[in-house]
Amino acid sequence: MISKRVFLGALLSAVMVVGASAGQAAEKKIKVGFVYVGPIGDHGWSYQHNVGRLAIARTFGDQVKTTYVESVPEGADAARVITKLARTGHKLIFTTSFGYMNPTLKVAKRFPKVKFEHATGFKRSKNLSTYSARFYEGRHVVGLIAGKMTKSNILGYVASFPIPEVIRGINATIIAARSVNPKVKIKIVWVSSWFDPGKEADAAKALIAQGADIIMQHTDSPAPLQQAQKNKVWAVGQASDMVSFGPKAQLTAIIDNWNAYYIQRTKAVLDGTWKSQDVWGGFKSGMVTMAPYNKAIPADVVAMAEKAKEGIFNGTVHPFAGPIKNQAGKIVVPAGKNADDGMLAGMNFYVEGVDGSIPK
Amino acid sequence: MLRLELRGEMSRSMIYWSPIYAVILTFIAGMIMFAILGVDPVAAILTFFIEPLNSMDGVAELFVKATPLVLIAIGLSFGFQANVWNIGAEGQLTIGALAGGSVALLFFNVDSPLLMPGMIIAGILGGMAWAAIPAFLKTKYGTNEILTSLMLTYVGLLVLSYLIHGPWKDPEGQNFPESRLFHDAAIIPIILEETRLHFGWIITLFGVAVAWVVMTRHMIGFQIRVIGMAPMAASFAGFKEKHIIWLTLMISGGAAGLAGMIEVSGPIGQIVPVISPGYGFTAIIVAFLGRLHPVGCLFAGLLMALTYLGGDNAQIEMNLPNAVTGVFQGMLLFFLLASDVLVRYRIRFGKATALVAPAAATPPMAIDEEGV
Repeated sequence: MISKRVFLGALLSAVMVVGASAGQAAEKKIKVGFVYVGPIGDHGWSYQHNVGRLAIARTFGDQVKTTYVESVPEGADAARVITKLARTGHKLIFTTSFGYMNPTLKVAKRFPKVKFEHATGFKRSKNLSTYSARFYEGRHVVGLIAGKMTKSNILGYVASFPIPEVIRGINATIIAARSVNPKVKIKIVWVSSWFDPGKEADAAKALIAQGADIIMQHTDSPAPLQQAQKNKVWAVGQASDMVSFGPKAQLTAIIDNWNAYYIQRTKAVLDGTWKSQDVWGGFKSGMVTMAPYNKAIPADVVAMAEKAKEGIFNGTVHPFAGPIKNQAGKIVVPAGKNADDGMLAGMNFYVEGVDGSIPK
Repeated sequence: MLRLELRGEMSRSMIYWSPIYAVILTFIAGMIMFAILGVDPVAAILTFFIEPLNSMDGVAELFVKATPLVLIAIGLSFGFQANVWNIGAEGQLTIGALAGGSVALLFFNVDSPLLMPGMIIAGILGGMAWAAIPAFLKTKYGTNEILTSLMLTYVGLLVLSYLIHGPWKDPEGQNFPESRLFHDAAIIPIILEETRLHFGWIITLFGVAVAWVVMTRHMIGFQIRVIGMAPMAASFAGFKEKHIIWLTLMISGGAAGLAGMIEVSGPIGQIVPVISPGYGFTAIIVAFLGRLHPVGCLFAGLLMALTYLGGDNAQIEMNLPNAVTGVFQGMLLFFLLASDVLVRYRIRFGKATALVAPAAATPPMAIDEEGV
């Protein structure tokens, strides 16, 4: 048993050592911090952001030191973690979940010299940018493939929270699927979580039991894909190429690719050219890409998918091209027009063809 | 040979020593873990437990994080002492946050000195109302409060989800499930400039003092303990068990509700889908680590809060995974339970002697050396 005095003495000297070393660390390179909502091992959303972080590390080598904090809850803790990063000399901080919006804004006000980048939000300031990706472009391609590949004409969708981004994904999928196969129906199970492999797997099982033969997801773990593999139905990977979790089942995956954006923004801080902005990138910017197609998909379907992808890239195809009707059959986007970004960003209605109502 | 021998009576000193042993053992095991991970163990422990506190901001953050944990734990310890097992503090916290928040949203942009007291009272009543359901079911129908209070947590979270996806959604929030930000009068005042330390911490310290008086100097505290330790004796003495069930559930529910209201009105500042990262459950560990004693809960809450701050720090400074935080909390609880053996048993070397304790119906347990 250590005596109290020795123990206290050790504690005190420890405090001084730590304090001194923190003071000595001269700023020769910049530090870039990341805040993730899930663990980096989710193989989905947070995993891909971390891939982006590693791309920064590879590109800039010694010039940049990157740091991350994972599994940060979206409540009172977020502001603490973001503040801590700002305080420990990080010059550029990426906060990568919607729930970090107000905490990021608060901290950004307190640290005007630090640059902040918030993913998927809509509040900006002089030192706070927002960025997101047009995942719905990928959903369009997936919807086309699913419409052709389904035998039961039932698509299963494992969804997280009924926020505009998720609703948009569901709508984009069903619009595309019904454009090639009007008989397609979509069944949705809400799991009220971004990352909960147990619940996600249960949802996928329930959907398969209800006859769905293609499982899609807007949650972060590969669990739904694994269930599809086990039950010999198709699935679509989410956020990263999840093919190793379901080599037979994965038709393709919608990949979030943040690498180029992260490198570009880090470079802007190094060059002193960083400005607050709002970026919403899709296929064209490379933020959204598709994983290799499953070999079992017929060549004509692959060709159709590739054509749609190219069309979106060139601007000749729009996943939300009119006429689009809501569930009541009322036209919300007239023929010849496309839904504008405002409608897409705040989307809170289902299009025709989706059964049920958005959960409250 | 090393063996455990039943003590004649519970060791009073071990009751207080065992949490300290648990902390020391956690440190040692933690250092071994860091060494296995290939990280300098001393540096890691310093980063984890000392460095978070080397600034004013760090200490303030510690208090901010400890506030809900301590408040809920004190409330729970009343019930736990009387064998009333309220496991649903998380749900009571949620409903308290909604009740307190409803006052803020209902009187949006109203600057009245009555607003904050109104929110506090609403928060407490909200938590109490949610705890009243298990209390009613237990006293009326003998339902197990562990199940009812736990299940009601999920109902509470669904109520939260309904409100922020529906009626309480911020009209300017682009359909994202969040309420509008509370106006300034509905935000708990900051008590230390340049930090997030808010008045809720003072409320917590006040709560500790009140709970200590009630628990040790008041008839209610005495009745609670007697009912917990000797229900028969309590009923002979004329203590009404049903009253105590109601009372302890009201105290723990009210405290959790208050904690929830303080979270939304303090560091969060609006109603969001995730109000608490499981404070209601973590507080159960805090209550036991603090020996169901208000002052103990205060220290245990601070220690638990420190593990979260240390976890952030270990990730930022040493690139350690977040799982380290969970491992530390788990070890703390594990070693506490292990050390608690010493409250009722003492370690003896050599062969067993004749029975020491008159009540030793169970033979002293022989264990091998690795077991200690």
